[in-house]
Amino acid sequence: MNVPSLSRPLSASQAQDFQPERLKLQVENFSLHYGREQVLQDIHLALPAKRVTAFIGPSGCGKSTLLRSFNRLNDLIEGCVCRGDIRLDQESIYAPGRDVVELRRRVGMVFQKPNPFPKSIYENVAFGLRVQGIRDRRTLDDVVEFSLRAAALWDEVKDRLHDNGFDLSGGQQQRLVIARALAVEPDVILLDEPASALDPISSLKIEELINELKHSYTIIIVTHNMHQAARVSDYTAFLHQGRIIEFGDTDSIFTNPSKRQTEDYITGRYG
Amino acid sequence: MFTGKEGFSRHISQQFNHELEDIRTQMLAMGGQVERQVSDALDALLNNNPDLAEESRRVDRQTNQMELDIADQCTKMIAIRQPTASDLRLIVAISRAVSDLERIGDEASRICQHAIEIAQSGPAPRGYQEVRHIGMLVSSMVRDILTAFARDDLELAYSVAKQDTNVDQEYRSAMRSLVTYMMEDPRSISSILNVIWVLRSLERIGDHARNLSEHLIYQVSGTDVRHQSLKNIKRTLKDASPDDEAEMKDQGGS
Repeated sequence: MNVPSLSRPLSASQAQDFQPERLKLQVENFSLHYGREQVLQDIHLALPAKRVTAFIGPSGCGKSTLLRSFNRLNDLIEGCVCRGDIRLDQESIYAPGRDVVELRRRVGMVFQKPNPFPKSIYENVAFGLRVQGIRDRRTLDDVVEFSLRAAALWDEVKDRLHDNGFDLSGGQQQRLVIARALAVEPDVILLDEPASALDPISSLKIEELINELKHSYTIIIVTHNMHQAARVSDYTAFLHQGRIIEFGDTDSIFTNPSKRQTEDYITGRYG
Repeated sequence: MFTGKEGFSRHISQQFNHELEDIRTQMLAMGGQVERQVSDALDALLNNNPDLAEESRRVDRQTNQMELDIADQCTKMIAIRQPTASDLRLIVAISRAVSDLERIGDEASRICQHAIEIAQSGPAPRGYQEVRHIGMLVSSMVRDILTAFARDDLELAYSVAKQDTNVDQEYRSAMRSLVTYMMEDPRSISSILNVIWVLRSLERIGDHARNLSEHLIYQVSGTDVRHQSLKNIKRTLKDASPDDEAEMKDQGGS
């Protein structure tokens, strides 16, 4: 089994996270090209289940591309070729014949700009279930309530479930999108700059939410806001020019990184 | 590979760079003042100069103010700049260091107080030889640790921490001989007590110098070595980021 070369020894409880049975996602020797341009090079990474891992790095370093590789969103980009493997619960997601729709159900994604559908709040959350052919009203009601509660939005919208999703504020829309992702019972949630378009208070609410959600889901977050990464994540990977420069527990990375490039980036000497 | 921009060590924010350099300079200036307080206190005591002692006690008030100013700037920088990694450690180390420096100043001030009392009470009591000897050891520790801070010199910081063990030994042996003397000549007790307090202050200054060396080791290596044995500290220094050094060589020592 390939475990990433962590930059320093982990404590006993952290070492537990990297036991094979605790690993949710394993990236092995993964490289990715857009046409002639190589965007990711020989990535090795193991992400423990029910933990938050943050990807940080300067613009264009490949962190969003790596994130999108986890649910094969890059497949939609013309000329995108990848080598190596990514395994979800020990099973290759790039194996021939792998059901990509099923993969994307298990690995949900939330983007930088909230993108609710032009439907009611209720229908936004129920959408994934309707696609799966679920019609039973009671099941739908339960799932909508559960998901909105899990996304910390229920109390704010319970009396207006049939209003249009666009009537909500930006921060609420982002939580609605997270609720929509949760409704289909994913294992992993990918967050691509989830709070960068939000005001500071909404941003903090999303961070609070991430803290709650990590008890049930494996979360990977890409963020330009390093202090946000420091606040919400258990592990941090620093990427630069398509490579993982350093991967380790967040506390160490932000107080005493072992690589000079990491140090320069997080202290604002490069970026 | 990391190409193009490696080798820089300045912040994108010049203002932050300036603030970090400035706070470091202020801390070293405070250190210089405290170092002079210690040597003046010893001078005043050993050469029976109460005027110098009075003057040195006035300087201590400035030292206290410097501690408040620097600590205040550290707090503001943490709030406004949200420093990380080596910047964070520098600011934390400085805010710890100024508190130890201020207490060294307090001990020096205490020695001055005893110097004034001794000058008023007549001929020099016994124990001056011990004071001179330990005083020299402690003064050189304070000087060395400030040099180490100025150069980020961990070897020198370690030697200061090690020297503290010698000071503790010398202090215990001086105490034994003074206690014996007091038992032999009870009339000398009140004057010798003053010398004992001075020795106690010197020993405390040695402790603070050791604390300072631990703060510097934290700042540079990232390992908190407070409350650890000298052996562990030595081991930390050996382990201190060989990775970075190798990398810097790779980059042509830039």
